[in-house]
Amino acid sequence: MNLLPGLRTVLDELTQRFGTQIGHAHAPQPDELYLHTKLELVGALCSVFYRKYNGRLAGVFAEDARAEHNVFFVYYLYALDSAHGFVLVRVPIPQDKPEVTSLTNAIHAVNWQEREVQDMFGIKLVGHPNPRRCVLHDDWPEVYPLRKDFDLRTKLPPFTGVRHKFREVEGEGVFQVPVGPVHAGIIEPGHFLFSVAGEPVLYLQLRMFYVHKGIEKLFETLPIRHCVRLAESISGDSSFAHATAFCHAIERAAGVEAPPRARALRTLCLELERLYNHIADIGAICTDVAFVTAHMHAMRLKERALRVNEQLTGNRLLRGMACLGGVRFDFDSAQLRTLTELVDSLENAFNQLVELIRSHSGTRDRLETTGVLTPEVARDLGIVGIAGRASGFDHDLRRDFPHDFYDQVRFAVPVFTEGDVQRRMVVRREELFQSFGIIRQVLEKLPAGPIQTKVDEVPPDRVALGYVEGWRGEIFHWIHTAPGNRLARCKVKDPSLQNWPALSEAILGNIIPDFPVVNKSFNLTYSGTDR
Amino acid sequence: MFEPLRQSLQTGVVTISYPKTPPEVSNRARGRPEIDWAKWKDARPAMAICPTGAIEFHDEQTTRAATLDLGKCIFCGLCADVDPAIRMTNQCELAARQRASLKLTAKYQLNAHGTHERLLDGSVATVDRDESVEALGQQLESRIRSVFGRSLHIREVDAGSCNGCEVEIHGLNSPVYDLERFGIHFVASPRHADMLLVTGPVTRNMEPALRKTYDATPEPRLVVAVGACGCSGGIFGVNYATCGGVDSVLPVDVYIPGCPPNPHALLHGILLAIGRLSRT
Repeated sequence: MNLLPGLRTVLDELTQRFGTQIGHAHAPQPDELYLHTKLELVGALCSVFYRKYNGRLAGVFAEDARAEHNVFFVYYLYALDSAHGFVLVRVPIPQDKPEVTSLTNAIHAVNWQEREVQDMFGIKLVGHPNPRRCVLHDDWPEVYPLRKDFDLRTKLPPFTGVRHKFREVEGEGVFQVPVGPVHAGIIEPGHFLFSVAGEPVLYLQLRMFYVHKGIEKLFETLPIRHCVRLAESISGDSSFAHATAFCHAIERAAGVEAPPRARALRTLCLELERLYNHIADIGAICTDVAFVTAHMHAMRLKERALRVNEQLTGNRLLRGMACLGGVRFDFDSAQLRTLTELVDSLENAFNQLVELIRSHSGTRDRLETTGVLTPEVARDLGIVGIAGRASGFDHDLRRDFPHDFYDQVRFAVPVFTEGDVQRRMVVRREELFQSFGIIRQVLEKLPAGPIQTKVDEVPPDRVALGYVEGWRGEIFHWIHTAPGNRLARCKVKDPSLQNWPALSEAILGNIIPDFPVVNKSFNLTYSGTDR
Repeated sequence: MFEPLRQSLQTGVVTISYPKTPPEVSNRARGRPEIDWAKWKDARPAMAICPTGAIEFHDEQTTRAATLDLGKCIFCGLCADVDPAIRMTNQCELAARQRASLKLTAKYQLNAHGTHERLLDGSVATVDRDESVEALGQQLESRIRSVFGRSLHIREVDAGSCNGCEVEIHGLNSPVYDLERFGIHFVASPRHADMLLVTGPVTRNMEPALRKTYDATPEPRLVVAVGACGCSGGIFGVNYATCGGVDSVLPVDVYIPGCPPNPHALLHGILLAIGRLSRT
């Protein structure tokens, strides 16, 4: 078993402590360790990973293996940032008693993910503090869509009953303000129920999953070659990041590696995606505090970046660029020159925009101390990405688990502890400047050679974890392959699924008129969450 | 205090003059795929590689009807990679009033080993346009122009999209495309709207909300379906969680293909819906 030294130590110590109870261990990749153990050990292992290895539970998901093994499997994905590796703990759940002990009381970060397992597989959560439905709304019939005996094209009966059972918030002068799913702005659908006393928000309940499209089920029915395009449609603004995470997973399962030039081009595209999104977000944060001039400049710059994306890849959102084993299009010297010019002109223009925002004291007044997410709460909820870094979580997959070309470039990871809207904007600003540097370094070191390794056959019954630090945060795609170049399971985890509960915390005590800017400062994807 | 003013003056006007001038798209942009119908020998490889079923064929004994459906196409260009008779153009102005006019069909003589040759029915590969429908369309256009010609208020509804279409719809509000120069505004409530700009696929969870939004929009009202998913359900199709395209739920006036359609394509579709395309 070829393991990273850090993970080797972890495995040795776990074996020493738990003996044969650990069960079977295997590592398809040096940074991906699987432990096939039993349900009774889940709590103890979780405690060891958190206390001893400073790990974090980055994912909980299930798989229906009743046909092959007569059980469901539940997986716990731990990211050990200091060991630069992942540990996946797999436990069998008997099909005649589909129950699993909930970890949410100890690890709040997995609240939604555990409920998703319950909704989609019918594996009952024991001891969950709030085991209500999460993915499927309350008016859905009793179905478990990710079980193998549920057909993708099942025609469900009309929904009946109450759509959402909300918690009641009562008291003198307390009002409920329901918002959505169709919002006032051009954004995705979700339902927010504010409980307010006067202007300040006492409590916010989120009801997501309005745009649940059965994507994970769809992955199981499509041939792998079509799945890359599906991955591009998980979240439109992270098309390339999601597609690349998926390609990473397939490449790991097939035992191939993208050639160096392809890895460099992927890195360029990931940074281009970061560029246009961060610029747009900074502009949108300004517009939510009525500084529209800055927003207009940001929109102008974003358009410039999108047009360069189109010149480079044929699509403004970088769609169609990703493919298994590398990338589909090479950049010729004229295109590379366009990219260099974009970086130079954008950096210049962006500096002016930063100065414009900085000089506007009204904007700062509205953003500082607004929507505070304290580092303690962020840690409890396992908040990642931009929001995590604005609340003291010093973490970035590009640095801690370098993928693609990120081990060849130098960059800093901006981290703040104040956790307010201002810091979430500043994280974006600083990351943009780092992005310019990363693109320049990649262009300088751009290797020659092919841009694709052929991936003709993906062997069956392999498991693999693909990961990418998208502009929002860490994206995971976990796959289990099936015969005939198909997938038995594809678990997609967008950082938004992890981060939504942070919004309910950050808004507490703030006034409703500040909600749009607080929401925008997180800018989470509904589609990536709901899938 | 003078900094905003200084920067605005320094930047000058960035708004494009579309639709008076052609769309400003790169010649590398992937827009409408073009099939050389007369030289097309075999629909099978393109159909196999198409992720959304935009290229399809049906064989009947000795004939084959092959279809390219722009309402399903996500413009990935994979078909052009495997088939020399298919070429990606950068044409993005693809909006149509009828779903059927996005489907291009050709009939061929079928060979024994599965290839096809010899275009039947002359060289016309597009669906026959119904004359009476065309005339009706023109009447409708003049009526719409008289009602909405000077101003239009749009309510955008995301009924299940991946948010790619939203990224581009945002672009319409940017100073580059500046929708407001046409007197067109995005509004916060369907009660203020003349048009629903709907992205899809319509999920089962959003179907009631979409219907309610439509019911809340005063007549006369227009519905524009945006993107491959809005036109047809796209790569998601119809499944336990989605109903498919917008027209599976609401009557649609204009379809805008694209994945996502760029702001030019969106503008083209919106102006088509209100009969204000000066170049055509």
